[in-house]
Amino acid sequence: MIELLDSVELEEIRDDFPLLAQRVHGKPLIYFDNAATSQKPRAVIEAMNDYYHRYNANVHRGIHALAERATREYELARAKVARFLNAETPDTIIFTRGTTESINLVAQTWGRANLKPGDEILLTWMEHHSNLVPWYQLAASTGALIRRIPLLPDGTLDLSQPFSERTKLVAVTHASNVLGTINPVRQIADAAHRIGAVVLVDGAQAAPHLAVDVPSLGCDFYALSGHKMLGPTGSGVLYGKRALLAAMPPFLGGGEMIREVRADGFTCNELPYKFEAGTPAIAEAIGLGVAVDYLAQVGLQKIRQHEQELTAYTLARMAEFPEIVVYGPADASARSGLVAFTMGDIHPHDMATFLDADGIAIRAGHHCAQPLHKHLGLTATSRASFYLYNTRSEVDAFIEALRKTKNFFGACPTSRQLGVFGTTPVTGAQP
Amino acid sequence: MLEELYQEIILDHYRRPRNKGKISPSDLQAHDTNPLCGDEIEVTIRLAAGKIAEIKFDGHGCSISQSSASIMTQKLAGKPLEEARAFIEEFLGMMRGAIPFGGRELGDLKALEGVMKFPVRVKCATLSWHTAQKALANATESKS
Ligand SMILES: Cc1ncc(COP(=O)(O)O)c(C=O)c1O
Repeated sequence: MIELLDSVELEEIRDDFPLLAQRVHGKPLIYFDNAATSQKPRAVIEAMNDYYHRYNANVHRGIHALAERATREYELARAKVARFLNAETPDTIIFTRGTTESINLVAQTWGRANLKPGDEILLTWMEHHSNLVPWYQLAASTGALIRRIPLLPDGTLDLSQPFSERTKLVAVTHASNVLGTINPVRQIADAAHRIGAVVLVDGAQAAPHLAVDVPSLGCDFYALSGHKMLGPTGSGVLYGKRALLAAMPPFLGGGEMIREVRADGFTCNELPYKFEAGTPAIAEAIGLGVAVDYLAQVGLQKIRQHEQELTAYTLARMAEFPEIVVYGPADASARSGLVAFTMGDIHPHDMATFLDADGIAIRAGHHCAQPLHKHLGLTATSRASFYLYNTRSEVDAFIEALRKTKNFFGACPTSRQLGVFGTTPVTGAQP
Repeated sequence: MLEELYQEIILDHYRRPRNKGKISPSDLQAHDTNPLCGDEIEVTIRLAAGKIAEIKFDGHGCSISQSSASIMTQKLAGKPLEEARAFIEEFLGMMRGAIPFGGRELGDLKALEGVMKFPVRVKCATLSWHTAQKALANATESKS
């Protein structure tokens, strides 16, 4: 039985987020920009304060009480994240600054060590720039080629064709930050492993919202950002299968990542420290540990169910507007808790400014997914993205603000051919 | 506050952009994008007797970027190159807040003052001006 958040729980959750109780331009804040970054519960903010107030010290170095406590809390955070992802052991969890750094780490270490000219890197049309540019850079330096899994008109991946035998790496997002599509990672990983390819999953938009179990996903690497899942900016994780991580060369060089430095060389430290050069973001890691505790305590199933309800309700209300086109799968159960859309010829910037005047924060632009927008024949979309603290009545206020915007710009000509509601008009070129 | 941004003049230029399109062949041209949203703009210019004989803009964007581009073409048409460059400098300075908004020449441009209350939108208003600046920088005086 999947439980829903009831109104009392929802009220309690909202009370845990001090930032939410404010007015913006005289209106109660409605924060629908969670895919960009989430708000932080008091517990996370206080845990970070506590570190600075009471036990700020460097980790893994000092032989004194504060350093021991800081090290213990830092490693405890790693263990919490390992449990949250159901990773084999905590030493498969590497702390990074976020998804972007995690992906770059894999590209620069595993990628440079394993790719040769003519090898193929398989991506999709729906990747965020951080799961594109590191691979473009790697392709440029190794002579490997970039390929893409085609996109179907309903916003899902076309997995009907077998992957090329030359594929050495498949890098795919778990949940799209524009289409919302939740990709079948297990199926992709199985197909990739059959031809000996390695799979990296960009979990930036999934780890905050779905229960992630890395062994059952079957991926080799999983990247996430703490700031999108109630944690602080500057916190992030790379999970990797132990054998792969152990065989990879180090990333950055410096303190902490070494076992020994001689006059003419060095030997690497063990996992995970091999990949954590320099003093890490200690308070941030501790904050992330508290964040995943918070999510686990509310329950990822419940959070997912709540967001799915909000998404389904938003899609249903948006259907009241014939000029709205929603991008991505039509069914809320196939997508994460975000909705990217366009309304006639109203530019997303104008939309965002209008909503902001009503205290509603959304994102407008290409959401760091320019190839996807080009592929869809668009330059920009508006995006509302939800989290556990959002409510149905906030969606109602959002819909009323959409109506106001439409009425204001209503006289504008509509030159673009509109797709059918709930479908993705794929007009761009195939790979 | 929204009324200050979306003034009637701006909406009018947005709905009925002046000088939209492309001059071909043109003497000067430049292309630029707004990194925030990927909006693109192209400015083409035809010169005659050291002056901007004709100027057009093309591309897509929000109401602020489109109306600003439309007003800009009206303001720059007919100006000698040096004067056009100075005018662009002055407008960009105003939008940056470096010099006070005003001057007898502003006309419809006065409507863009409200954009300054929306700092994230200033780039929308200045995109076409930066593009025109780039186009004019390509001009060698001999060509005019
Ligand atoms: C799908 C996806 N991947 C990667 C990122 C990059 O995350 P970060 O900027 O935290 O490294 C984001 C964040 O916007 C995202 O949505």
